[in-house]
Amino acid sequence: MKGWRRKGGRVLAGFEQQEAAVLRGLVSQVDDMLRARAEETPQDELSELTGIKTGPSEGPNDPVLSRLLPDFHKLDPDHPSQEDVDSAAALRSLHEPQVLDAKLGVAAELLNSLPPEGGNVKLTYEQADAWVSALNDVRLALGTALDVNDETPDELPEDDPRASHLGIYHWLTWVQESLVQALTE
Amino acid sequence: MEGMTTPVEAEQTLGEGTSAEDKPWQTIVWNDPVNLMSYVTYVFQKLFGYSRDHATKLMLDVHHKGRAIVTSGSKEKVEGDVAKLHAAGLWATMEQA
Repeated sequence: MKGWRRKGGRVLAGFEQQEAAVLRGLVSQVDDMLRARAEETPQDELSELTGIKTGPSEGPNDPVLSRLLPDFHKLDPDHPSQEDVDSAAALRSLHEPQVLDAKLGVAAELLNSLPPEGGNVKLTYEQADAWVSALNDVRLALGTALDVNDETPDELPEDDPRASHLGIYHWLTWVQESLVQALTE
Repeated sequence: MEGMTTPVEAEQTLGEGTSAEDKPWQTIVWNDPVNLMSYVTYVFQKLFGYSRDHATKLMLDVHHKGRAIVTSGSKEKVEGDVAKLHAAGLWATMEQA
């Protein structure tokens, strides 16, 4: 992978087989987590009649999922007001299904356009938008799992169990940064 | 949600604009250690149609001050904006001004 470039109304990059496997694997994992969350969606007669999906009112317990699906209000961690808690629950229930659909949609777009054996990827701008968003979800997931913060070094000591994962995280950062540059240059 | 606009508008014409219900809502984006500066700028341009300069200024506010108000308006508009920002992976919340 040598970075993205624009050519003739398309955005192009080449992926090695191993790079494609890593990226597809991570996107699939995030996709599985989001899909499992989507299945928690309560089914009721009213939503079946109206076709309007309502999501769960409680946020996910898993830290990765809660970063991907944040609350709609900034809740005081110690003493959140009951009004804010109730309002955040109602807003989550109303909007989470569409947020999940958007995330599952961009993940599917990436998986459809990245061959498992690697090779050249040629995207329309619309597909590239889906990629940039899917790459961001994967970085959020990995960054949360690795507890990335402003002090995270470029490399960890080799004996640190997180060292290789951090390397992948930085590679994803580079792939995303390069794609944003190609889209905005 | 389309059908809900009428009662809200009717309510607004009755009040003096001082009750809590009438205060505009704001979309806040918070700093986080994962989202790239270039990506955040791109999302602001893409979702809200902001110029590159304006989007960059908001992104820098998020980065340096920890948060920025990126849109404001009715509750319905702002909750839609927050949902779009969550779909894009930004950490956004809403509050009343």
